[in-house]
Amino acid sequence: MDKEHAQALYHEMLLIRQFEDKAAEMYALGKIGGFLHLYSGEEAVAVGALNALRPDDDLFTSYRDHGYALARGCDPKAVMAELFGRETGLCKGRGGSMHLADASRHFWGGYAIVTGHLPLAAGMAYAHQHRKTEHLVLCVFGDGASNAGEFHETMNVAKVWSLPVLFLCENNLYAMGTSTREASAQSEMYKKGCSYGIESWQVDGMDVEAVEASIEKAAAFIRSGKGPVFVEALTYRFRGHSMADPELYRNKAEVEEWKKRDPIPRFLEGCLANKLLSREDADRISSEVERQVSEAVSFADASPEPSLNSLFDFVSA
Amino acid sequence: MPTITYREAIRQALRIELKENPELILLGEDIGAYGGSYSVTKGFLEEFGAERVVDTPIVESSLIGLSIGAAMAGMRPVVELMTINFALKAIDQIINNAAKIRFMFGGQFSAPLVIRAVSGWGQLGPTHSQSFENYFAYAPGLMVVMPSSPNDAKGLLLTAMRGKDPVLFIEHALLYSTQGDVPEGKEGIPLGLSDIKRRGKDVSIVAYSRMVLLALQAAQQLSKDGIEVEVVDLRCLRPMDLGLAVSSLKKTGRALVLSEDWPSCSIASEVAARLQNEAFDYLDAPIGLLVSKDVPVAYARNLEAATLPNVSDIVGAVRALLS
Repeated sequence: MDKEHAQALYHEMLLIRQFEDKAAEMYALGKIGGFLHLYSGEEAVAVGALNALRPDDDLFTSYRDHGYALARGCDPKAVMAELFGRETGLCKGRGGSMHLADASRHFWGGYAIVTGHLPLAAGMAYAHQHRKTEHLVLCVFGDGASNAGEFHETMNVAKVWSLPVLFLCENNLYAMGTSTREASAQSEMYKKGCSYGIESWQVDGMDVEAVEASIEKAAAFIRSGKGPVFVEALTYRFRGHSMADPELYRNKAEVEEWKKRDPIPRFLEGCLANKLLSREDADRISSEVERQVSEAVSFADASPEPSLNSLFDFVSA
Repeated sequence: MPTITYREAIRQALRIELKENPELILLGEDIGAYGGSYSVTKGFLEEFGAERVVDTPIVESSLIGLSIGAAMAGMRPVVELMTINFALKAIDQIINNAAKIRFMFGGQFSAPLVIRAVSGWGQLGPTHSQSFENYFAYAPGLMVVMPSSPNDAKGLLLTAMRGKDPVLFIEHALLYSTQGDVPEGKEGIPLGLSDIKRRGKDVSIVAYSRMVLLALQAAQQLSKDGIEVEVVDLRCLRPMDLGLAVSSLKKTGRALVLSEDWPSCSIASEVAARLQNEAFDYLDAPIGLLVSKDVPVAYARNLEAATLPNVSDIVGAVRALLS
C-alpha cells in the first residue's frame, strides 16, 4: 500500500458514502423516484474488489449498484442524473437506480431480478474463454440470491465449463428484511460455492485492504485458467433495504454494533497510524468529495428530462 | 429450385451462418452428440466441433441467460429450446433481460441472440402441447417469428441471425417434414413482413405457422365449390405486419383468423381486434376466430384432435362467414 493508493481507496469509499447520503436526501425531496437501494456501509467491498481488477475486466451487479458504478469510475454527475431520470444519465433515464451501466467501463449493468444476472456473467465469461482472452468477469450478488435456482444453475455450469468468473457474494445478513438465518439452510455463503467444487472463501467486507487482497488472489487463480472463484464478503448495510424500508426486522443495537466497524473511519485510522494519509489529506479528500457530490446534484437538477420524441428509442420491435 | 423439408431449410440457414460468422455458436440441450430432439442439428457437432455446437445442462433459464451474456460480449449465440413449453422456465431471462437490455441501458448495447423453440403437439400431453407465442409477442423489444414454409424458415432465420436484437424463432414440430421450394444461396427474408400464400376474392384467412398449411388445404376444398379464399401468412408476430391482411379484408369483406392458441388473450384475438379497427367499414360479417378449445391438450388421441382446429373446422368456419 502506497500513499497514492491509500488516498484513492479512501476517496472512492468516501465518495460512495456521501453520494448515497445525498441521494437519500434527494429522494426525500422527491427528486428521485421509485426504489432507491443505498450502498452505505458496504463501500469496502466494491472499492476493494474493483481496485484489485483490471479496468477491462467485466462487471455485473445486482440492483444495489451505485457503489460499483462510482468505484468503476463512472462520472458521479451521470450517475446522479440517472437517479433523477434525466437524459444526461448513464442510461439516458431509461434504467434508473437499479439499472446503471457503462459499456465504456465494461460495467454491463445492475440487474433487479434477483439472480437474473448470474447466468449473463457466466455467458460473458464463456465468450472470453471461447476467444481465449485473459479477461475475467466479476459477478456481484447478495446473500438472498444464493437460495434461488439460477444461482445454483450458474455455479454448476461455471464449474463444469471452468469459466473465468469471479462470484462475489455480499452477505449483509438480510435478504431484504429476512435474515439469512431464516432464509438459508447454509448461513455461510462460501460453502455453497464449495459444494460445487468451486474455490471459495470468506473475507471481512468491512476491510477494504482485506477485500482487495482477497480479490487479487481470486483474480490470479482465475487468470491462471483454473476456473471460477467464489468470495463471500461479510458486510452490512447501514441503511434500510431501500428508502421504503422501516427496518422492523432488525434492532438498533445490531446496527450500532456494525457501525463500529464502519469501513471508512476504520481505513482512515489505519492509514493515519501508518502515515499513509495525513489529516490534511483526509480533509482535502473530504472537501473534494463534497464538491463532486454537490456538482453531481447541480448537474442532475439542471439536466433535461428525456425528450418525449425519444419515447420509442432503443426498442427494436 | 430445390424442394427440401422445413427441417432441412433450417439446417441450411444454420450451416450458412456457422460458416460465414466465426462468432456464431449453437447452444442447447442435446444439440450435439444427440443431434437435437428434432434432429435439426444432427451431424453439426462432427462438422463444426464442440466449440461451435455446445451441449448445455438442462437449465433453460440459465441457458438463455448464458447466451445473453455471450451476445453482450459480441458473440452470436443461437439457442435451441427443445420445446416452447420449456421457455416458461426461461421467460424471466427472455422478457426481463433479452428484451430489455438495449432499452434499459439507454441503447449502449444489446443482446443479439436467436432463440429457436419448437411449438406443436402429437400426443404429448398437457404440458408439452401448448402455444405460447402470445406470451412473448406481448413484450416490446423481442421479435417473434413463426414461419409456415421451408422457404420462410430459411430466409427468416438467416435474417434473424444477422440482426442486432434478440429474436424468438418458433418452429412447429409438425412442420419439420413438410416440403417446399427453397432457393439455394444466402439471401434472407426481412423480418416483420407478412406474405400472401394464396390469392382469392371471397374470404380472407389470416394465419401463421402450421395453420397456414391447413388454411391452404381448406382453400383447395372450398375452391371446388367456387369459394376462393385468400390466405395471408403473418410470418412474424412482433413486429406484426397487418398491411396485407387489411387490404385483403377490404377486398373480400370477410375474414377468419386462425391459430393453435387458446381463445383468451391470444394472437388470434389480437389480430381480430386490430383488423376490425382498420377495416370496420368494409366488413360484411363479424371477423371469425378459429382457435383451440379452451382446455388443456389431452394425451388421448381423440381428445387432442377435438381440441385443435382442423381442415374441416376451417371449411365450416368459412362457410359460416359466407352464410
